[in-house]
Amino acid sequence: MSIDETTAARVAKLSRIEVAPEALPALAEDFNRILGFIEQLGEVDIEGVEPMTSVTPQVLKRRADAVTDGDQQGKVLANAPDAREGFFAVPKVVE
Amino acid sequence: MVKLNELGLSAARDALRKGETTSKDLTEACLSAIEGAGALNAFVHHTPELALARAEAADARLAAGDAPAMCGLPIGIKDLFCTKGVPSQAGSRILEGFLPEYESTISQNLADAGAVMLGKLNMDEFAMGSSNETSAYGNAVNPWRRGNDDAALTPGGSSGGSASAVAADLCLAATGTDTGGSIRQPAAFTGTVGIKPTYGRCSRWGIVAFASSLDQAGPMTKSVRDAAIMLEAMCGHDPKDSTSADLPVPDFEAALTGDIRGKTIGIPREYRMDGMPDEIETLWQDGIAMMKDAGAIITDISLPHTKYALPAYYVIAPAEASSNLARYDGVRYGHRAKLAQGDGITEMYEKTRAEGFGPEVKRRVMIGTYVLSAGFYDAYYNRARRVRALIKRDFEQVFAAGVDAILTPATPSAAFGLGEMTDADPVAMYLNDIFTVTVNLAGLPGIAVPAGLDKQGLPLGLQLIGQPWAEADLLNSAQVLEEAAGFVAKPGKWW
Repeated sequence: MSIDETTAARVAKLSRIEVAPEALPALAEDFNRILGFIEQLGEVDIEGVEPMTSVTPQVLKRRADAVTDGDQQGKVLANAPDAREGFFAVPKVVE
Repeated sequence: MVKLNELGLSAARDALRKGETTSKDLTEACLSAIEGAGALNAFVHHTPELALARAEAADARLAAGDAPAMCGLPIGIKDLFCTKGVPSQAGSRILEGFLPEYESTISQNLADAGAVMLGKLNMDEFAMGSSNETSAYGNAVNPWRRGNDDAALTPGGSSGGSASAVAADLCLAATGTDTGGSIRQPAAFTGTVGIKPTYGRCSRWGIVAFASSLDQAGPMTKSVRDAAIMLEAMCGHDPKDSTSADLPVPDFEAALTGDIRGKTIGIPREYRMDGMPDEIETLWQDGIAMMKDAGAIITDISLPHTKYALPAYYVIAPAEASSNLARYDGVRYGHRAKLAQGDGITEMYEKTRAEGFGPEVKRRVMIGTYVLSAGFYDAYYNRARRVRALIKRDFEQVFAAGVDAILTPATPSAAFGLGEMTDADPVAMYLNDIFTVTVNLAGLPGIAVPAGLDKQGLPLGLQLIGQPWAEADLLNSAQVLEEAAGFVAKPGKWW
């Protein structure tokens, strides 16, 4: 399985990372090296083996269905690059 | 006369309790060592005022006879831990200016135990790297050099700043985190001790996430005893991390009996790699002989899926990273790119992430996106998770057969030169974690102990891998190895 520039561009788009067109060939080459390394996994007999979901056997704890946190608008917004009137501000989303 | 910053945790603790020194003196000794060590680039955010205030509070507690385990002991905190009101950037540009409104559970536990934070330590960006060269702050430098050669060496990664600071006596100990070897590899490269506990032993709350199913915090120290003291202060159940184990925390220091007679130590044949330097092989054989002399039973074991650990890791870790790092979008914290006229929200995301992430982080986020994308999820991600189950089963089988701990080299080489791997294939760098990554995939505790010097005078480490939740036993075996190896070398001061 070889990654071409079109695929590399599509993956960059899915990742929401801008990649200049001239950087795509090197990126595709990196992908191919890494995926080539990963291909070894194809040698392993995984018949009947379930994918691991949790490395330590555990049952997730439950807690009372009650509000235990909140009312921290100032703290939540304190690090925002652009916060206005109690909201996160972003460029226009809907025309 | 030993300088105060050269002490380890246990010696400093004992001196404090006998009234031979004060936390203020210890803290000032470290702060002045840090000030003189700019060339190591280990501390990247300095908090001297906070440190002195905490030292003063610790001295008051000591005087009042109310001193918790780490009262007054100055330590460094890896930049991956969120610390309230103190920059916490995970070594990344994208978190420039981020001042957490909260404190990570681990750094809070340490503060509650009386520890004094000196500042934040350099690391590979988002803990992705084995040489510290992916850091937005520029790399930390290893205080060790090859004989009289003044070429700068890597302190390893990702917890390279922590390793460099502990080895150079800028602090008594430091926190690290380990996703594929990021505590153990830098510890081995700097002649220090580093333990990654069992997955779930330390809370991950407030630690910037890389690969959540693999990440664990742990201490980086000057001795195994110090690791026991600090690990105990760090761990414990935390309701804010759903994977934090609700188990009692043993008295790790009390477990250091020095007696390992009758313990079974497994030697995995798959860890003998082609092209491994003779010195590493010799070190390993020496370690085996030391454990045997101490009364352990040595047995050859097989972990047949070892070879597939790194490829499985390089599917699972990037997959989890691509999901975890989706939060850096320029909206809630950190960097946002300057936008051009007419740019919409998608351009904001794409430009922000292109500017904020370094090349290795981008590469891993994109690989993760690819292996999780429609059509490849089963072939890559699910296959890797199934191989991971087999890797864990390998360990379960040897433990069930009576093996108490496993002895391996910690790294395939000594510290390499900064810049030496720049043009290498990314996969060549990944091979640094070949002996450590299996432990993360299986969720086990692993410790790196300095065991000798190579021909060029650089430290080499051995790794012991323990059964789940058996840190107490593991630390005891590690201390036996430490004492037998008698590693006392320190780097000559050039900085």
